[in-house]
Amino acid sequence: MEFFERFAVPHPSPAIYASMVVIGLSVIAIIAGLTYFKKWGYLWREWLTTVDHKRIGLMYLISALLMLFRGGVDAIMMRAQLSAPDNKLLDAQHYNEIFTTHGVVMIIFMAMPFIFAFMNYVVPLQIGARDVAFPRLNAISFWLFFMGAMLFNISFVLGGSPDAGWTSYFPLAGTEFSESVGTNYYMIAIQISGLGSLMTGINMITTIIKMRAPGMTLMKMPMFTWSTLVANLIIVTVFPVLTVALTMGTMDRLFATNFFTSTNGGMDMLWANLFWVWGHPEVYILILPAFGIYSEIISTFSSKNLYGYKSMVASMVIISVLSCLVWAHHFFTMGQGAAANSFFSITTMAIAVPTGVKIFNWLFTMWKGKIRFTVPMLYSVGFIPLFTIGGVTGVMLAMSAADYQYHNTMFLVAHFHNTIIPGVVFAMLAGLTYYWPKMFGFMLNERIGKWTFWLLSIGFVLAFFPMYITGLDGQARRMYTYSEATGFGALNMLSFVGAGIMAIAFALIVYNVYYSIRYSPRNIGSDPWDARTLEWATNTPVPEYNFAVTPQVNSIQPFWDSKKKGHVLFPAKLDKIHMPNNSGMPFILCSIFFVWGFSFVFAIWPLVILSTIGIFACLALRSFEKDHGRYISVEEIIETEEKTGGAKL
Amino acid sequence: MKMKWAVLTVILSIVAVLTGCEPLTIFDPKGPQAERQANDILLSIGIMSVVVIVVFAILIYVLVKFRASKQSDDYEPPHMEGNPWVEAICVGIPVIIVAYLSFVSVQSNYIVESAPKGYEEQEPLVVYASSSNWKWHFSYPEENIETVNYLYIPTDRALEFKLYSYGPITSFWIPQLGGQKYAMADMITTLHLAADESGEFMGRNANFSGKGFAENTFNVTAMSQKDFDEWVDEVKETADPLTEETFNKLLKPGHLGQMTFTGTHLEFAPPPEHDHGSSHTEPTEETDTHDGHEH
Repeated sequence: MEFFERFAVPHPSPAIYASMVVIGLSVIAIIAGLTYFKKWGYLWREWLTTVDHKRIGLMYLISALLMLFRGGVDAIMMRAQLSAPDNKLLDAQHYNEIFTTHGVVMIIFMAMPFIFAFMNYVVPLQIGARDVAFPRLNAISFWLFFMGAMLFNISFVLGGSPDAGWTSYFPLAGTEFSESVGTNYYMIAIQISGLGSLMTGINMITTIIKMRAPGMTLMKMPMFTWSTLVANLIIVTVFPVLTVALTMGTMDRLFATNFFTSTNGGMDMLWANLFWVWGHPEVYILILPAFGIYSEIISTFSSKNLYGYKSMVASMVIISVLSCLVWAHHFFTMGQGAAANSFFSITTMAIAVPTGVKIFNWLFTMWKGKIRFTVPMLYSVGFIPLFTIGGVTGVMLAMSAADYQYHNTMFLVAHFHNTIIPGVVFAMLAGLTYYWPKMFGFMLNERIGKWTFWLLSIGFVLAFFPMYITGLDGQARRMYTYSEATGFGALNMLSFVGAGIMAIAFALIVYNVYYSIRYSPRNIGSDPWDARTLEWATNTPVPEYNFAVTPQVNSIQPFWDSKKKGHVLFPAKLDKIHMPNNSGMPFILCSIFFVWGFSFVFAIWPLVILSTIGIFACLALRSFEKDHGRYISVEEIIETEEKTGGAKL
Repeated sequence: MKMKWAVLTVILSIVAVLTGCEPLTIFDPKGPQAERQANDILLSIGIMSVVVIVVFAILIYVLVKFRASKQSDDYEPPHMEGNPWVEAICVGIPVIIVAYLSFVSVQSNYIVESAPKGYEEQEPLVVYASSSNWKWHFSYPEENIETVNYLYIPTDRALEFKLYSYGPITSFWIPQLGGQKYAMADMITTLHLAADESGEFMGRNANFSGKGFAENTFNVTAMSQKDFDEWVDEVKETADPLTEETFNKLLKPGHLGQMTFTGTHLEFAPPPEHDHGSSHTEPTEETDTHDGHEH
């Protein structure tokens, strides 16, 4: 293809032109707004160069919410297209691009940053630390993720989106069948943000192992911290596999290697295996922190300690091990024979046991409790029955001989949405509502929140339960249309209605934020939910150093004990606090990564070489930089403590 | 045991009502493999419904009984660490369920991966089913005929499908006869099916393979061995021979209607060997790839 032709969108439509205009206008509006309000300096000093885990957490959160809406629009378009037989709203190519980007955006650029937002914001507070172990690396992780996400999103208007499914199976994703640069975007953008995830994994593990407050032994860690530790151990185990697979895929596409081709000794099945060796543990990377959030919320709003703490920890560890032994259940139908299928069938079903233990432990946590139905608790209580249904359909899918019938059908689509939406998305919304007051100093409106929960749950059931039935009736997934004779029409229309209700629920979240910013009371104190763990023991808003004095821990719920049993949380005296300096390097480094990725996608080699040199120059510069951080003096601490709600000393 | 069947009946009737009394495709099997799979699915739906009902019951009880609005203001929930017996039950019962389902699953794996039950003694009818964007080519080596996008099969006879692909990974699926299996470019996979009744069934590629995927379907007609033999004779008399040139044209991306030929492409374009990457297969694959590039 000619050089400039590659930048053209291969399948332009009014929707794409409209979004080009919208993207262009928003960029202009943001630049104009920042200039008019003279906020460039503020943006640079307080956000772009920050190494504060709380601010990085918030930036993850904002990115995740933006991507949630981007992926949500994709979903609505898919459901609209399928709502009637022989619908002409989208053509096949568009539909293919939309379901591909929906999957990638929701998993890699929505769910991942959403859990990273909570890990970043909450974990250091929960373990009584001042920041993560490597604050600057943390900033690099975020900006790598962010640049990867941006790179992926411009594919929509520049060169065309990937269209081979979020699983991107070869040879379909190879140059022979995917000629546009779309799949290059997939390979490079996920690679860049994947590197960020890997670094976060290392960072979080080190933070949790090395930086816990005195007295907090491993078996006294709060459940969310435990889930973060286990999830990040999985990240460090499996993300390298993704890195390697994506590198091989990139080389196949750009340098004509033959790792996954069907000729010259290449093997298409290798991609499927490598992808799922990462891909299956990936869903546990998402769900375990979600379980952690539910554990915190259910315990808080039952006014009771978490039941079966030890078995909760044990089941998470067992899940993390099993998660790496089940990948072939994604392709039972690849012909590996009865013995291999039997192995993966059994390991997959085995995961139901530790997961069941967790469900029962949550139920017993509520047993004899004093259950308050706040919005976070509603999400957690709604999660249990809906996720149970998703879980048992998972067991059904694990029966490999029967899976020959479920595979590639809407039944499967219903199953994984039934685990991811009540499992991960509900947890994220519950966590958002739960931690919102700690993050911003005011509560989200309860009434609007409850409406959101009910609409979302009803919409979810209407949207996804019909898919179980159409799947059993033989509707394959990823079909852009179907004929009237199939009889899938009515149930797909029902799905569309459900998706519409979910869209209203998500719009209500935005309205709730707006409403609460305007009308919510601000004097809510630092512990509005009557919670139990350390993150609620510090002031709201949280000072940059988190705790004026490092807390002393005696149990898994030290804050509760300090409220009820007279446990002394802050025994030591004030001392100066050592904090890391801000740095512009992460942002600059990752911006160069963006240029590197972009020039790789379009094979602009001079720019690739230049930006590679730039990346190494940044790394070298960092090696020679002497930055020993700074100290916050006792006077400053006292001043801050008085401003943020009085020192608890 | 009675309990199990009662649950199955309830589930079946719910499913039937939901779908306007016409059974769902998967629950309307026309061959032994599909029947085994349908039974497995119903069994698991039954057992899983019990699990769901138990969880729902405990949840509803807890939420009604222990909500704050029902309790006095000074009620302090007790500290509960966990009870080894309770937790043993929470592990034990799921283990038993999973063990039972694993047993069924393993048994079924060996059943669907071998000649269909009741047809073990027979010489199977071998059909090579290969996909190209976005068509299916069916070669009957014994009969020496080939069809495109439609499949005639005799009833009451073991069928052995040899699957492979000229292009992306596809999945050969005739839901009413049995579950699907992948067709790939560099190896042959085998799917064992059989039809107990004559009739017309839907067949399709179930694995996403690009722009023409939605229409990548084929019709399956099952008929008695006698009718099948007559059809084969008729094809031999009336259909044109399949030449290498014609076949290469057929492989080009697009949709074709139903077509019939005498002779099969297996003679001039042998399928990939099981043995991955063997030198024997490479010349043919080379020509295919070149063809793919021409358009």
